[in-house]
Amino acid sequence: MALQIIDRRLAGKNKSVGNRERFVRRFKEQIAESVRRAVSQRGIRDIEQAESISIPKKDIGEPVFHHGQGGIRDMVHPGNAEHVRGDRIQRPQGGAGGSGGSQASDSGEGEDDFTFTLTKEEFMQLFFEDLALPNLLRTHIGETPKYKPRRAGYSQNGIPNNLAVLRTMRGALGRRIALGQSAHRERAALQVQLDALVQEGNGTTDEAVALRLRIEELKERTGRIPYLDPIDLRFRSRVQVPVPNSQAVMFCLMDVSGSMDQARKDLAKRFFILLYLFLTRHYEKIDIVFIRHHTQAAEVSEEQFFHSTESGGTVVSSALVLLDQIIRARYPAGDWNIYAAQASDGDNFTNDSGNCRSLLVDRILPLVRYFAYVQVAQEEQNLWEEYSQLQSQFSHFAMRKVSEPGDIYPVFRDLFKKEGVQL
Amino acid sequence: MNHMAQYPVLERRLRDNPWKTAVVGERRHRTVPEQPLPAGARPAQPLPDPSDWTFELIERYHAAIAATAERFGLDTYPNQLEVITAEQMMDAYSSVGMPVNYRHWSYGKEFLATERRYRRGHMGLAYEIVINSNPCISYLMEENTTAMQALVIAHAAYGHNSFFKGNYLFRMWTDASSIIDYLVYAKDYVAQCEERYGFDEVERLMDSCHALANFGVDRYRRPSKKNLARERLERAQREAYAQQQVNDLWRTLPTRPGKDGAALEHNRFPQEPQENILYFIEKHAPLLEPWQREIVRIVRKIAQYFYPQRQSQVMNEGWATFWHYTLLNSLYDEGYLSDGVMMEWLGSHTNVIFQPPVGHRAYSGINPYALGFGMYRDIQRICQNPTAEDRQWFPDIAGTPWLPALDHAMRNFKDESFIGQYLSPHLMREMRLFALHDDTRQSELLVSEIHDENGYRNLRQLLSQQYDLGTREPNIQVWNVNLRGDRSLTLRHTQYQGRPLADGTQEVLRHVARLWGFGVQIEGVDAYGNHPVMLHSVPAPTE
Repeated sequence: MALQIIDRRLAGKNKSVGNRERFVRRFKEQIAESVRRAVSQRGIRDIEQAESISIPKKDIGEPVFHHGQGGIRDMVHPGNAEHVRGDRIQRPQGGAGGSGGSQASDSGEGEDDFTFTLTKEEFMQLFFEDLALPNLLRTHIGETPKYKPRRAGYSQNGIPNNLAVLRTMRGALGRRIALGQSAHRERAALQVQLDALVQEGNGTTDEAVALRLRIEELKERTGRIPYLDPIDLRFRSRVQVPVPNSQAVMFCLMDVSGSMDQARKDLAKRFFILLYLFLTRHYEKIDIVFIRHHTQAAEVSEEQFFHSTESGGTVVSSALVLLDQIIRARYPAGDWNIYAAQASDGDNFTNDSGNCRSLLVDRILPLVRYFAYVQVAQEEQNLWEEYSQLQSQFSHFAMRKVSEPGDIYPVFRDLFKKEGVQL
Repeated sequence: MNHMAQYPVLERRLRDNPWKTAVVGERRHRTVPEQPLPAGARPAQPLPDPSDWTFELIERYHAAIAATAERFGLDTYPNQLEVITAEQMMDAYSSVGMPVNYRHWSYGKEFLATERRYRRGHMGLAYEIVINSNPCISYLMEENTTAMQALVIAHAAYGHNSFFKGNYLFRMWTDASSIIDYLVYAKDYVAQCEERYGFDEVERLMDSCHALANFGVDRYRRPSKKNLARERLERAQREAYAQQQVNDLWRTLPTRPGKDGAALEHNRFPQEPQENILYFIEKHAPLLEPWQREIVRIVRKIAQYFYPQRQSQVMNEGWATFWHYTLLNSLYDEGYLSDGVMMEWLGSHTNVIFQPPVGHRAYSGINPYALGFGMYRDIQRICQNPTAEDRQWFPDIAGTPWLPALDHAMRNFKDESFIGQYLSPHLMREMRLFALHDDTRQSELLVSEIHDENGYRNLRQLLSQQYDLGTREPNIQVWNVNLRGDRSLTLRHTQYQGRPLADGTQEVLRHVARLWGFGVQIEGVDAYGNHPVMLHSVPAPTE
């Protein structure tokens, strides 16, 4: 019988992508809500993982006409163990097991929510959509190109290091066959003739001598074919391809003095999350450094950064000094794209603010790609005034005020938009 | 689709095009051998059975199975086996098994649900899918072991394949080459509409159509055969004509007084009730645009195509299961299969035909694999070793050659009539079938029939009815359109055994109203068409 076996495994999968997109589109409201909830609960580093979303089943159902409970039903069941005709049985509760049969079980699982997992990409897309952040973000911060060697087939020139032995030998073999085969074949044929003559006792005739000469000649010719010729050599070729610098470091600076309450810290956290997400769309590898400060600054873990409480006065410059030290010690500006975000309520030890400004101008701003300052309080104190002077001088320095969570996204967008316009 | 997931699924089958007649020449009568032909020489050793399959091994197993199927006189289309991955299997699942279909969010939902169940291990994927076509395409999953590939080849490529070729429903309704054509056309058309009229517009329309899909079916009529080009040409004509018709129906010119105005008042429109609600909407809804009518038609066509498939589940699965069982067993007897292969497929086979008894926590109704397999085995038994009881119940097949008897049973029935004809007292006893009478007016269920001498006939009839699609779905028809007044549409629900409509009805009516464009109501009548009661009504959509 005719048979055909076809291997379809390499033919595309993901045929359902279009349907999936339509599903996500349809339930965007609910999904976006889940995304928002997820964002507030996650740590910065976990933010862009896939997210499990659940939607109430009643929202997702497709109504059809069907029979409801009630009326008369005659159902045939298997596995009668004890009943005889005329027995009366208590109606089972819930219906799924005994009496309802297939009809009841259709609705039996109806209570659960419909749960599924958003992919990382879908999650990110919804997250940014939710913020109404346009894609212009991605293009507006320039990237320093860096070169990386990529394989580009084989070439005839190169350094011995890159010699492609297999290719070379394959070429050599081919050349030897091409050059030697005809001579070899002729020699074999002549040898047969010669052997025949010898067998007949004519091994010393002129004919035989001529044959011997010719055979010798051919042998010599094949012997002259070099085993390896310079034209056989093949080298792995590599070309330099520009790649964007793939590592970035993000500094989070926050004031944890007494005046920063939990609500203000949350505001700051949201801002840091946004910046982090933004950077993950750009860079393969991102380090985050958390620096908190009151009168003294310290590098801490994320947990300590957001959740421990401190009290006391505020000296902002301490954090900037530490920032500068860390950059110079661990993140040379040539190798790293450095971003810094500072959050504070604007409160600072009076004489310190001028100090901060000069630190930024002299030491920090030349090294970083972007520095954002977010003030999570309304009143303008001396730090705000000092920083304001910087804004006009440096295009990669930005500052905004935020007083409630709803402000974060517009402000964030605004910060980068401004940058974008100037570029 | 839903209730299938409760059983260990061996495969899902692609349904084929019901509105096409059989290919010319398909109706020739085929003779079936009375006994299996003799086997060839015994092989020196069984086929190798490493757990990883290779293409070469699949070919060898297939050759052995094909030769055996030939001996049993199985008539099949040529086979095409396609190896696919688990992801591709999930894709195939979510577009209701079709290789191509128009896009809709509900298929995305199905995909996500399948994916989730699969990833959590709640559900194994089917081992294969088989498409009714010529050549018959079977999908084998790459994860299967050699033994499982042998099982699915026997099951799908010979069991289902011969059922597709033989059963009258499929012979009458299906033509594989044109369903793919139609689906390609539908997909393109829907995509075009999305582009021109917007996603939301098309999606709303689709939702409404899907809500009525089960009522977009002609239960008795048989449409003609068309190809893609013809379908396209006719669409244009249809659109123009339909629009004209609609306008005629809603003509606002006053009727001449005294002529026939009075008679019109009393006539209903439509004059006879219409069972195909979507068809009625497609032809008569006054406000639909031509493209909307075409989409209604697409959904209706595809629903029609699903309809006959749902009528032969027990028979089809039973037939395929019977044949993988029979073929692989005789291969083993002839020395082709090793003990390891036997043990492995028998394990799967046992799971597939497992019928938990009522009250068992895995119980969710009768397993169609178990019932179908049991019935074909039983027919074989009746032919080969009839008892006195069998001779009394099945005088025409008891003691006759089993191959022709089985062939006849496969060709000429659907689930309902198959059970009505062939369910034997022996099998009823073996499965310990009993009937429960559930009347909601009473607090207790009544055991109305059990598997004893007095109960066999009624029990068989009840089970047969259970597979009658006409009683599973509510009987709702288009009853009347208020031509003189607010143009509202009246549907009529004829109650079956006092069963009411479920809660979603109001919701569905809203969909009907969206399609109809004016108010819609539904009234209920008792089984004799008396005592109409207004159940729900929905005002005209305002959007």
